Amino acid sequence: MSPVDLSVRVGSVELKNPVLVASGTFGSGREGANFLEVGQVGGIITKSMTLVPWKGKPTPRMCETPSGMLNAIGIQNKGVDYFVSQDLPWLLNSKATVIASIAGNTVDEYVKVADKLRTGARELAAVELNISCPNLEDRNNMFAHSPDATAEVVSEVKRALPRVAVWPKLSPNVTSLTAIAGAALEAGADGLSLINTLFGMAIDVESRRPKLAGVVGGLSGPAIKPIAVRAIHEVHRAFPHVPIIGQGGVTSAEDALELMMAGASAVAVGTHNFVNPRASVDVAQGIASYMQSHDIDSVVDLVGMVKLEG
Amino acid sequence: MMLLTRGEVLGHKRYSEHYHSLTIVAPEIGERITPGQFVNIKCGDGSAHILRRPFSVYRVHKRGGWASTIEIVFDIRGAGTRHLSQLRQHSSVDLVGPLGRGFALPTRRAHCLLVGGGVGAAPLFFLADELRNDGHRVDVVLGARSTRMLLNPIEVRRLASISRITTEDGSAGERGRVTDGLEEMMERCETEIIYTCGPHPMLEAVSKVCVDKEIPVQVAVEELMACGYGVCMTCVMPVRSRRRGKDEVEEEVIYARSCTEGPVFNGAAVLWNGAAEAVAKDQSELSPTGVPVRQSFVDTSGDEHAPPGN
Ligand SMILES: Cc1cc2nc3c(=O)[nH]c(=O)nc-3n(C[C@H](O)[C@H](O)[C@H](O)COP(=O)(O)OP(=O)(O)OC[C@H]3O[C@@H](n4cnc5c(N)ncnc54)[C@H](O)[C@@H]3O)c2cc1C
Ligand SMILES: Cc1cc2nc3c(=O)[nH]c(=O)nc-3n(C[C@H](O)[C@H](O)[C@H](O)COP(=O)(O)O)c2cc1C
Ligand code: FES
Repeated sequence: MSPVDLSVRVGSVELKNPVLVASGTFGSGREGANFLEVGQVGGIITKSMTLVPWKGKPTPRMCETPSGMLNAIGIQNKGVDYFVSQDLPWLLNSKATVIASIAGNTVDEYVKVADKLRTGARELAAVELNISCPNLEDRNNMFAHSPDATAEVVSEVKRALPRVAVWPKLSPNVTSLTAIAGAALEAGADGLSLINTLFGMAIDVESRRPKLAGVVGGLSGPAIKPIAVRAIHEVHRAFPHVPIIGQGGVTSAEDALELMMAGASAVAVGTHNFVNPRASVDVAQGIASYMQSHDIDSVVDLVGMVKLEG
Repeated sequence: MMLLTRGEVLGHKRYSEHYHSLTIVAPEIGERITPGQFVNIKCGDGSAHILRRPFSVYRVHKRGGWASTIEIVFDIRGAGTRHLSQLRQHSSVDLVGPLGRGFALPTRRAHCLLVGGGVGAAPLFFLADELRNDGHRVDVVLGARSTRMLLNPIEVRRLASISRITTEDGSAGERGRVTDGLEEMMERCETEIIYTCGPHPMLEAVSKVCVDKEIPVQVAVEELMACGYGVCMTCVMPVRSRRRGKDEVEEEVIYARSCTEGPVFNGAAVLWNGAAEAVAKDQSELSPTGVPVRQSFVDTSGDEHAPPGN
């Protein structure tokens, strides 16, 4: 195979290829190392980390749904200190491109995690902000559902990590995605991750109980891909120069290309890592084959190239 | 070391009208897998039902004409198992394995009692083979709702020094559950360790008896799993874990992944149904069989402010 240029720039961030793994779907990267070289993945977006370890929700935490799944994990993670002392050194040693995902229940918690990441910050490619979390200072409304709360988290984290690219991850469970995106960008976001899971629910009709202990959960997988494509398209049309990290239902190169043509500079594979632990490298390879057969030199030439007229 | 690999079906057969068995040629897995570990199988094209399905290994053939094959047994529950039941000789199977942590075997000759319910008895056959190879004594209690749901009772009679069969409807063996008369069985067999697999209420009941009698108990749990290799955090069990603190050994309840830290756990350390009572009395770490004995413990509340999804 003659080499095609798979490298991309997501704003100031250089990636060796445009296919990352999505937060919470590849752990810290260690388990995946059984199946692939984490250094070959476009980027590892870590499981969201919090200031102190979070235990997560009781089980059952997941159920399969048509072409997708619902999860209610509750961001079980070992906390930022564990990440900095254990996971980050391992990832860097494995030559991984690392994007740290931060979660919290108050703006202060996001900032404190960012502070703790500062020493390793030169080694981080970016931080992703998981703002699909209840805001304790606003009656548990999700940060991501409020332009003001979104802006506040972004600007405060940006202040704590001025030299690191900050990518807030937007929730599709809102009326106006572009309003939230606009607020995030005004607050200094360097890129936007689109989309997080959609809220859903499933009921066992025999027991009449919700299938998830958390009752409501996040829907992911191929079922949400059309929503991701639409969301990316919408935000890209409104802010054409803003890099987007597309996620939602990517299982193949074709899926990834769809998100890229809608406007994503890079994509992340989520749920499909569960089915194929090598999915991220397989998808990147598939994109390379597509480029060869369509005579495309640089993957960047595909971004936002959906033909709307003619 | 886990692998993503392809196997070929060597044969499909039935045990009673209820159970299907597939023997799969998968040398890399067959050579490495130990009793209690499992494989995660792609069932179908993955478009409607996206996730793999986990199956314990019922038997491994390491020598002779059937060398390097693994056998799984299952009953039809839904789309995944229905698909598997239609596979025939030469069908290709996409599987990941060996996964999880298997049973801890005694470090000296011991009297082992294996307690299995329904299809949950599957991994106990592989275990019985290995225990017998190592010169341990194997006794078995096999139970099910009715005769046709007993998994291979003839083979149980062959493998066990003493065997006991129970059915809930009394259609074979003694009427009742595997846990009825368990203590007498343990006395008769001079049991030093119990290995068990089946529905969680059964594992809980067996564990309680063992805790009371201070006998080590190894349980193989079946939690819902999305990934099977440790990255998604859906499969957790609340277990008591010991951690070396500054001055002393501290105890805490953690949500352990049953796909990686399990599926075999110390039954005395599992918080069953969140209803376990704290047992204060301390015990030595290891029993004479070289397998840990421990008590149960309290607290299962999840994180209150975790988000609905992820
Ligand atoms: C480590 C492990 C080992 C297993 N070993 C075996 C085995 O050797 N033989 C076997 O027949 N089954 C085994 N199971 C259960 C098996 O994975 C499920 O039966 C299978 O996933 C059902 O898939 P399905 O598409 O046919 O049914 P689905 O439509 O997915 O489910 C049908 C019903 O089965 C229940 N179910 C699904 N998954 C599980 C599960 N993990 N545990 C309990 N109930 C479940 C569902 O809640 C539902 O009510 C094992 C599970 C685990 C976690
Ligand atoms: C089990 C599971 C856990 C997840 N955990 C997180 C998380 O910790 N932080 C986060 O920002 N997103 C999390 N996500 C969302 C994914 O990163 C991704 O955005 C979403 O699943 C959509 O992509 P997909 O359809 O390819 O899975 C999780 C998703 C799943 C399925
Ligand atoms: S099934 Fe994903 S962590 Fe266990």
